[in-house]
Amino acid sequence: MDQSKIRNFCIVAHIDHGKSTLADRMIEKTGVLTLREMQNQVLDNMDIERERGITIKSQAVRMIYKAKDGQEYTFNMIDTPGHVDFGYEVSRSLAACDGAILVVDATQGVEAQTLANVYMALDHDLDVFPVINKIDLPSAMPQEAKDEIEDVIGIEAQDAPLISAKNGIGIEDVLEAVVSKIPAPTGDINAPLKALIFDSIYDSYRGVIVFVRVRDGVIRKGMKVKFMATGADAEVVEVGYFAPGSFIPSDELSAGDVGYFTASIKNIQDTRVGDTVTDADKPCAEPLPGYKKVMPMVYCGLYPADSAHYSDLRDALEKLQLNDASLFYEPETSQALGFGFRAGFLGLLHLEVVQERLEREYDLNLVTTAPSVVYKVHKTDGEVFDLTNPTNLPDPSEIDYMEEPIVSGEIMVTTDYVGAIMQLCQERRGKYLSTDYIEQTRAILKYELPLNEIIYDFFDALKSRSRGYASFDYELKGYEKSDLVKLDILINREEVDALSFIVHKDGAYERGRKMCEKLKEEIPRHLFEIPIQACVGGKVIARETVKAYRKDVLAKCYGGDITRKKKLLEKQKEGKKKMRQIGNVEVPQSAFLSVLKLDNTD
Amino acid sequence: MSRDISIYVHIPFCERKCLYCDFLSFGAGKEQIDGYFDALLKEIKTASKVYKDRVVQTVFFGGGTPSFPEGKKICDTLRAIKTEFTLSPECEVSIEVNPASAIYDKLVSFKEAGFNRLSIGAQSLNDEELKKLGRLHDSRMFFETFENARRAGFDNINIDVMSALPDQSLSSYMETLKKVVDLGPEHISAYSLIIEDGTPFYDMDLKLPDEDTDRAMYHETKRYLNEHDYHRYEISNYARDVSAENAGDGPFYGTYECAHNKVYWQRGNYLGLGLGAASMVDNVRWSNTRDMSRYVESASDMSALRENLEKLSLQSQMEEFMFLGLRLVSGVSTERFKQLFSQDITDVYGDVIEMYVKSGHLEIASVNSVGGLASTTYLRLTDAGLDVSNTIMADFLL
Repeated sequence: MDQSKIRNFCIVAHIDHGKSTLADRMIEKTGVLTLREMQNQVLDNMDIERERGITIKSQAVRMIYKAKDGQEYTFNMIDTPGHVDFGYEVSRSLAACDGAILVVDATQGVEAQTLANVYMALDHDLDVFPVINKIDLPSAMPQEAKDEIEDVIGIEAQDAPLISAKNGIGIEDVLEAVVSKIPAPTGDINAPLKALIFDSIYDSYRGVIVFVRVRDGVIRKGMKVKFMATGADAEVVEVGYFAPGSFIPSDELSAGDVGYFTASIKNIQDTRVGDTVTDADKPCAEPLPGYKKVMPMVYCGLYPADSAHYSDLRDALEKLQLNDASLFYEPETSQALGFGFRAGFLGLLHLEVVQERLEREYDLNLVTTAPSVVYKVHKTDGEVFDLTNPTNLPDPSEIDYMEEPIVSGEIMVTTDYVGAIMQLCQERRGKYLSTDYIEQTRAILKYELPLNEIIYDFFDALKSRSRGYASFDYELKGYEKSDLVKLDILINREEVDALSFIVHKDGAYERGRKMCEKLKEEIPRHLFEIPIQACVGGKVIARETVKAYRKDVLAKCYGGDITRKKKLLEKQKEGKKKMRQIGNVEVPQSAFLSVLKLDNTD
Repeated sequence: MSRDISIYVHIPFCERKCLYCDFLSFGAGKEQIDGYFDALLKEIKTASKVYKDRVVQTVFFGGGTPSFPEGKKICDTLRAIKTEFTLSPECEVSIEVNPASAIYDKLVSFKEAGFNRLSIGAQSLNDEELKKLGRLHDSRMFFETFENARRAGFDNINIDVMSALPDQSLSSYMETLKKVVDLGPEHISAYSLIIEDGTPFYDMDLKLPDEDTDRAMYHETKRYLNEHDYHRYEISNYARDVSAENAGDGPFYGTYECAHNKVYWQRGNYLGLGLGAASMVDNVRWSNTRDMSRYVESASDMSALRENLEKLSLQSQMEEFMFLGLRLVSGVSTERFKQLFSQDITDVYGDVIEMYVKSGHLEIASVNSVGGLASTTYLRLTDAGLDVSNTIMADFLL
């Protein structure tokens, strides 16, 4: 195909600024789909994505657009994951593009993720042009938005298309701008094959379907290809393009093209995002830059609420992993929760998404333990290991020192809330770096924060303390030495391993106290008194007591209506079933989750 | 299968609904009330054909407020029951009355019609408390009613009292209890107020006694009533023994425990007549429709009237045997369990029993039978267990 007629691009935006809606309208206008075939948001496939308005997996779609110059152009739009958890996936999707459309909400202006995403696009040498969305809203301020883009980001914005993706206004302008502002690919079609994997999915009939952007050369059916990072090779069975919601086979993909191939690959781990695919017989000299093996950032225990469903959980995880190479899990056993798995995730959102899919798509009832980051434990005997489960922390006498992951964070906030947010960051052991004022009313606060302080309820706290106005973005900076201790929780004098976690020494008392308070609320009263204790190194630092039941009597049983009374008893019994037995205490599943949300300043 | 049966008659009318009440009751005009009693007669006629060969051991008129409608209606209903069914000569025939509506003449007519036990809903003898409950009577009316009842010849009277009322103190409750005991009724029902979903109380911001006070009221009730010769025989019910001079005279041998109530706990047969009334006969449970117009229309059509028909499985029977029987202070007989279900109680409930015996909520007691020859083993709740009986009973569901 003539590369000059190809445009490969993505759309970047802050959450809710209208990225997916714009994508839908562009697909509509290019006539690939009829209106009737359109689901609300064509690109986001999974239910959870649609409900949460975020994209988890990368997707691509090919459109044919007849421009005003009379020429037909092929657009490949790559939809990128929209969350900081998936930063690496985003970077690989961007690397598959030549340009980006920046969507800015005319009522909101530039936000933290707008900046983060634009900078990321610019880092990948993409040509970015802005569009101003939601101009039909009464509170729209398109000129202010344009000025802000120029001031804050420093890209030209005065001729940005003014659109309403929702109502289909200005979409034609966007399509024309794609032709005129996004550069055509410039690969060498005669060089050895060099293609970037930007995603892959598992299909039970065809095996792994690999999404690629061909940089140089050609990939065609029957060809033997090699994955440069993993070293795996395979014979290509099918190549093709993406239509919305379906695959269109073709003979080949050549330099500049975006498409897919299959090669009877069984294991999605062989086709890692960011890897380079080349011709096994005539390999290219060097892989494309930027490949990284992704490592889970957050771990937690996943247990079936009913231990009889252990094997169902295992099967479900296996199936999920087919499509999610970044999901890691291994079996583990908890004294409190029985048999389950320790699973690793890219971040808390990834964790929540997986948990929700397990519960929704596989109909499992789960108990999730407190998420933990990965600590580096340096033992006195010189051994260093990664700690993913607090229970495995060795005796303090064997530990020389520990390190914890630190992120660089940027918080964009209106100046009214700067004080409240600085206070929050301070409480979370943040190291203040700088404040940049973007305009008179808004500032970007830069902090270094320990990851374990932000994975629980930082986002919620941020939102509640800024009345929803603060936005946050972060990336992993590295590991730093830290004074950490293991906090244990004892319920009725029995240690509950599933509730143990690692915390900074200075925060241990506060955290222990809040956990005890929360558990006191969550654990129903029993026929006996239940002490709840928080301990560090065997010393009790906080305590609460769930008082014993004093009264639980059926009311008067008038007219012999036994059925109704039995229903009450059944409800009571049913409630018990949903609980976890720890010693002789029934602990509701919600207790394990509630201890994650301890910020209560609002 | 036992040929005995009990009859419950539901009178769903009240002059005004109390704020804590979640029973099936409402106000009504004369026309509606007349229609209801006509329907009730029809139901009695139809139902009695099925239970011709049964001997009625107890009859209980409950509500609602059975003393609210015209007394003649109630008396006619009882007469119809006496005509259509076979009543045992010792039959206990109770009626609930409300101090606001139980005037002397009415009580006399009840006595004449054949009622031999009266249950008076006093609830409290503190006028402030009564007002807060939404009751129509005051303490003066109650005393008058009690006196009238005695005068009318009722020698078996129950008084209902309630503890844990809004703004009630331990001393004000004990005052009520003392005044009640001073009157010397044969039976006292002492309930602790439970705020039920759907009642006005549920949505009101009430200042209820704290838990310690609530428990103190409950425990003081038992202590004080025991001291005054009332023995507790069920979670909330206390009765006097029949004194020597009265014994052998009436139908009550030994004790004034309410025979009708015990039928429920001991899973005897009972037939519920009237709107929404529940029945259990030969291990089949059902209840009448709760829809008034439907009830009036189809009172003589059993199949249209009855809902939620359930043939109790052996498992349900066992469950009921336990959670109903344990309400009685005497508990459940392990021998009886074996007789009924051909299994040892420990085979079915061994773990639960062991757990609660260990925690002091259940106890096993050997009781000599009347003749003194054989002894029976009873499983019963301890005082601590009676306080939290719900929790324990729930564990007897299989």
